[in-house]
This record gives sequence, C-alpha cells and structure tokens, in this order.
Amino acid sequence: MRVLMRGNEAMAEGAIRAGCRCYFCYPITPQGELVEYMARHLPRHGGVFLQAESEVAAINMVYGAAAAGVRTMTSSSSPGISLKMEGISYLAGARLPAVIVNVMRAGPGLGNIAPAQGDYFQATKGGGHGDYRLIVLAPSTVQEAAELVMLAFDLSDRYRVPAMILADGMLGQMMEPVELPEPIPPEKIPPRPWAVSGAKGRPPNVISSFDLDPYRFREILRALWDTYREIEEKEVRWEEYATEDAELVLVAYGTMGRICRTVVRRARKEGLRVGLFRPISLWPFPSEPLRKLAERVPVLLTVELSAGQMWEDVRLAVEGRAKTPFYGELGGVVPTPDEVLREVKKHVHS
Amino acid sequence: MSTVEAKAPAGFAPVYTRPKSLSAARFTYCPGCHHGIITRLLAEAIDELGIVERTVGIAPVGCAVFLYEFFRCDFVQAAHGRACAVATGIKRANPDLIVFSYQGDGDLAAIGTAETVHAANRGENITVIFVNNQIYGMTGGEMAPTTLPGMRTVTTPEGRDVRTTGYPLRMSEMLAQLEGPAYITRQAVFDVRHVQMARKAIIKAFQNQIEGKGFSLVEIVAACPTNLRLSPPEAGRWVAEQALKYFPLGDLKVRE
Repeated sequence: MRVLMRGNEAMAEGAIRAGCRCYFCYPITPQGELVEYMARHLPRHGGVFLQAESEVAAINMVYGAAAAGVRTMTSSSSPGISLKMEGISYLAGARLPAVIVNVMRAGPGLGNIAPAQGDYFQATKGGGHGDYRLIVLAPSTVQEAAELVMLAFDLSDRYRVPAMILADGMLGQMMEPVELPEPIPPEKIPPRPWAVSGAKGRPPNVISSFDLDPYRFREILRALWDTYREIEEKEVRWEEYATEDAELVLVAYGTMGRICRTVVRRARKEGLRVGLFRPISLWPFPSEPLRKLAERVPVLLTVELSAGQMWEDVRLAVEGRAKTPFYGELGGVVPTPDEVLREVKKHVHS
Repeated sequence: MSTVEAKAPAGFAPVYTRPKSLSAARFTYCPGCHHGIITRLLAEAIDELGIVERTVGIAPVGCAVFLYEFFRCDFVQAAHGRACAVATGIKRANPDLIVFSYQGDGDLAAIGTAETVHAANRGENITVIFVNNQIYGMTGGEMAPTTLPGMRTVTTPEGRDVRTTGYPLRMSEMLAQLEGPAYITRQAVFDVRHVQMARKAIIKAFQNQIEGKGFSLVEIVAACPTNLRLSPPEAGRWVAEQALKYFPLGDLKVRE
C-alpha cells in the first residue's frame, strides 16, 4: 500500500518497522515531524519515547538503551548533531549499535534551517574524537529514506558500529508516496549476548571504551579497524544513471543527487551525454566504482550543497584519471536544475 | 589487575569477609581514600538485597573508573557527567534491571548538572551514589563545584575566592526542592557510626528502586587524603570539622 508521507515521517516509520523500541530526542528544526511521529506512534508499539533535556542527554540515553540490548535511535539537525558527537564517539568506542539521523541544515553556528550538506566531513571523517568511523547512508527520496533507516539498523547490528542517516531539510520536509517495507520480525533482530541484562549464570558483561594500557587498546582498535575494512569491502552502495555513454558524469548525493537526475534528463533532451553517479553509502565511500568510471568518463562534476566536502573523496578516488570540477551552493541555497545545467555546459559541448 | 585472596589461617574463623558481589580485583584507590569504604558499602548493600544478578552499575571517569573491575555485576562505563542519562536509557530499555550510578562532585554537580537535575525531576527509578570529596582527584586536585571557600587546590592556589569562583554547590539541597525525587540524603564515612548510617542509606536507596519509588540519591561527604595532603585520620577529621559545616548530614527528602 502506498501512503503519502514526509521524509521525516518515513524515517520514523522505517525505524519503528526496523524494531526500534527506544527513541530519545530534543526538538530542533527541520526534523520536528520525526519527533512528533515517534511521540504518537512508538508507544503504541510498546516502545519508549523520551524527550530529553538536551542533545547530549539524548545520545547518552541511546548509549544506555543500546548497552541494554535494544534497537535505539536519536535524530536531530546539524547543531544538535554537534552536541551528540561526544556520545557518538563513545558508542563507536564501546561497539554499540545505534542509529543517528541528521536532517542537515545550513551552518556553521546557528546558520539557518534551509537544506544543506555541510555536515559531510563531520559524518564521514569522525566528527567526535578518536579513531573511528560511522556507517553513513544518504537517501535522496522519501521511499529511500524509509528503506535506508531500516538498513542502517541492520548494518549497525551486524558490525556493532553506529550508523548515521545523512538527510537534509528538503528531504525531511517533502511529501511523496511511499511503499513502506515490511516490518522486521523481532526474531530476525540479532541476539545481543554482550548486552547488560544482569549477570545471571554468566560472567559480568562490561560496556566500555576504556583501556589504560596502550598495547591492549591498540589491539581493540585494530579489531575495530578490521571491521571497518570489512564494511568497506561489503557495504558500498551507489546508483549510476545514464553513465554508459556519458562524457560528463555528475557526482551528487541526497537532495542534490535527486536534482542532478533532473539535470541529466534535461541535458539528454538537448543531446548532451551527461550521467549521474550518486553515492548512497557516504562511508564507506564508493571509491572503486568511481575510479572505474573515471577511466572512461573525461569529466566528473561534483555538485554539493556545501563548499566542496564530498569533492575531496571524489578527487581521492579519481586520482587524476579524469577532470574533477566542482559546483556548490552555500548557506541553504539550493540550485535549480537549470543552474546546474549551465555549469554542465561549461564542460561539455553538444 | 592484581587480586586479593581472603583466607583465614587455620584455627581462625573469619568475621570480616569480602562481600560476594565484589570480584577478586584489588581496589586501585589511594590509602585512606573514602572511595574504598563507599565501594565496599555498595557491595554489602547489593549482597544484602540479593540483587547482584540483576544489577547494572554505571562507572564514572576518574578515580572510580575501575568500578567495573571490582564488582561481579554488569557495568557500563559512561562519559563524564552523563551517568544519569545513561542510567535512564538502561532503565527505560529494561525496567527489570536495578541500575545505579556512582559519581563524583565534578561529574554530578558540574559537567553533569543538567543530566542529574532532569533525571531527578523525571523521577527516574534509579539509584545515584554521589561522592562529594570537594576536589577533582584523578586529574590532580583541581577546584570542584563543592570546594570549600578558602580551600587551596591546584587551580585555587591562594584558596577558593567566592567572589570569582562562586560558592560550594549544595546539590542535594537543590534536588530536594524538586517533586520528582523519592529520597535525597547526605551521609559520611569518616567514623564507624557514620559508616553504618551510610550503609543503611545506600540499602534504602536500592530498596526504593526495587519498590519502584523513584529517584534516590545518597550523597557521601568524603575525604581525598592525597589531594588534601593530610594523613587518612587527619583527612577524616577534616571532613568532620570543616566539610560538614557546609554540607550538614541528614535526610533532605524522604517520600514514603
């Protein structure tokens, strides 16, 4: 059954269908509908909805609920995500599965509430302190938003690595028809023998990110990075659209990826051979497929709602095999397809 | 971590034994530190109530960070100041667990003030052990929110000047004003009589949680002989004669 939903609502419903039973939040725009949806619906599924006193408290409640072995989530927008970074680093260090949704707005500082993609570095390069990664998934439609939230729970459980959904204000607010995925049955959720559930008939479980001995801690982090390498091998996701004969491929994710799909259609109508490469997993970044593309496509034009953050990963992947120009907008300004097309025409000729 | 063996020589009957809920790990506290007494009291309370198999402790940062090594129950190590939020997450996720946090004055009354006040205000059904030794012990003896006026620390070398650094924060009095908490009490462990009273208070704070009464906090005015630069007996006397002037003992809120 198809239903009309906002992106924020679809992400909330996706979480409930993924078996999320503890959700902690603090109000912030433009993800308000996600909070409201959870407040209305999660208790009906026997879940815990709690509005915390701060973003800092909310992520630490997630840390507690994850330690207790429950599928758990928090959501926020850019400034709130900054506040959560301490807790996210602890989640990563303690190997706790959890999902964090960032409905990005323009920054730095208070910025504004318009859609932006300026938190790419924060999401994919660490953000909090220490040597860690997050699994980062970037939806570009309301449908995909619901699906990727569910995938984020599964991946986070499988690898015991926290996962982030990197959406933006446009995607959170827009309404589209959604075919909601079937709920994940509770028996399909992996068991958690490591959780704190009472040391009855077993040795105590300890959830911690702490080891004073550098040599022992090095081994813990090596095991963590072995997991990251495995994720890089197995969990890269991306979409290619009209790239077979392309002379120029747009590289864009999320809302910008969606706009660039329109750009490709308009360009094709004008006889320009333009395609789209849309990373879905921002970490692990689809470097290999992009590198392959660069061997046959002369120009890869990165388009972002930022000053060029993903652009760095594109250039690292391409390593000079193709030209890698950049077009970006700042401050919450979203370029129209025509504006992007004008940029495209600087690099290809019909 | 080194361990201790508690065995009575042949012909002797043990009268003071290690609580069952403590592991064999040796405490890492300095000699004379009140943490050692408080940690043992916690274990005695858990033993007496028979709850070790469903208890989850929250270990702080600082001198008591190894708490999870000392106990035979599940533990979660929390970020500085966040224990009450972490405890909330655990207890809400699994209300059958008995959840306690163990926090110092910097943790509970400075960086974690918001988490503490709001957990108390929600009446979270958790037990909080608040060790108020008026100093940041592990980091080298800096001024705490509870440092007494005029008290010398490494960050108040001329003594705490209340005109520029404010006054010692009476967290328990503040929390006792709220509707949410069930039990707020202030205790000490500098002599046998007070140790016995503190023991009873800790048991009550756990009993409240078992009965679903809600947020219970036991503040313990404690001594850090190392940073006070006093011998253990002198540090104990310092608590009795100086600290208690600012932090009077007794129940601040009891909801029956």
